[in-house]
Amino acid sequence: MIVANIEKQLKTYKGQQVLKVACEFPVGSITKVYGPSGSGKTTFLKIIAGFIKPEKGSIIFNHTTWLDTSVKINLPTQTRQVGFVFQDYALFPNMTVNEHLEYATNDKPWINLLLEIGKLQNFIFNKPEYLSGGQQQRLAILRALAVKPKLLLMDEPFSALDPEMKKALICELSALFKELGTTVFIVTHNPDELVGIADHELSIL
Amino acid sequence: MDLTPIWLTLKLAGITTLLLLVIALPVAGWLSKGRSVFKIIIEALITMPLVLPPSVLGFYLLLAFSPQHGAGKWLQQVFNIQFVFSFQGLVLASIIYSMPFMIGPIKSALQQLPISLSQASYMLGKTKRQTFLHVLLPNIKPSLLTAVVLTFAHTLGEFGVVLMIGGNIPNVTRVASIAVYDAVEQMDYSAANTYSFILFSITFVLVIGVFIFNKYKAKSPLE
Repeated sequence: MIVANIEKQLKTYKGQQVLKVACEFPVGSITKVYGPSGSGKTTFLKIIAGFIKPEKGSIIFNHTTWLDTSVKINLPTQTRQVGFVFQDYALFPNMTVNEHLEYATNDKPWINLLLEIGKLQNFIFNKPEYLSGGQQQRLAILRALAVKPKLLLMDEPFSALDPEMKKALICELSALFKELGTTVFIVTHNPDELVGIADHELSIL
Repeated sequence: MDLTPIWLTLKLAGITTLLLLVIALPVAGWLSKGRSVFKIIIEALITMPLVLPPSVLGFYLLLAFSPQHGAGKWLQQVFNIQFVFSFQGLVLASIIYSMPFMIGPIKSALQQLPISLSQASYMLGKTKRQTFLHVLLPNIKPSLLTAVVLTFAHTLGEFGVVLMIGGNIPNVTRVASIAVYDAVEQMDYSAANTYSFILFSITFVLVIGVFIFNKYKAKSPLE
């Protein structure tokens, strides 16, 4: 079970705004996170990952407290074992596709499987600048999966993919999530694209 | 023609650049994150040699490391180290004097990298050190090269600070810039011209090398 109860001040173009989220989802579930632009969806994911600290709140994942501001517990990202797919991909410009995955894990068969899922086997020696937008986005997803995360946080992960590639990738990923028992949060602007994969919803307004 | 001042200058610039690189990497990394008042004060102190007359800096260093009193006396008595009128004194002065040339470009480049690069690396379980070495540093190569070359070239051209703390001791502290001044004082324009031409050539080749290397990789050659 993942239980999050957080409160964070946001600075938006409308002025100060408070992001308040209280949610509880079972381990292994796939949750679609939606809401209008600027509502704090990305901030919520970054708080869960440990990149941003909220003013108040707690996050408990599988009986382990990741964050509890009342007793000053805040586990660093490195120990939370989360995967994160960034909206801007955040790929390392100095690394090739293969180096991205090798930087994340030493498990060669796992890397090969990921490359197959992401259809990037023929681009392993390419750096991000020599990949298309869709290929970069797939690499960002594969890199996040490379560490076999307990919790995968995806920020608009399918926005640059063509419909056919998106459908195939979502199908492969949902099977993989089930197999690994990964808990997933997916931020999306298009709720329809996750029909059939997401079993829970979280609205951030 | 005595070429010792040229070798001494190159040795001083090489040692200074190497030591400054080791010092500057962690300092620039630290300065690039956050803007506390303490950091602003430290950054201002590091930047001071850019605006301070070199003779002022040299004068304070001379006072601070004079073997007659204070830190200089203590260093002399405890470690038998003398910074005034010695080569190690020149190295110390050069490190302080060239510090903004090494730290500035590295710090700016680190600040321009998206924060998500570090976050992505932490997400993969990597420590801050691993992230710095494997992700941040390789992605600021043009700025790193600029910082190294600017520091080296700037140290080649030092005069005031070096003269104040090192004096003009042949084979010890008489670097090329001082040899030029000395030769002109003695009306030996031929020697002054040779030293000047060698210094000009070395720095020109270095700077043009950086401009060519950074032509495509950086928006500005001095980035």
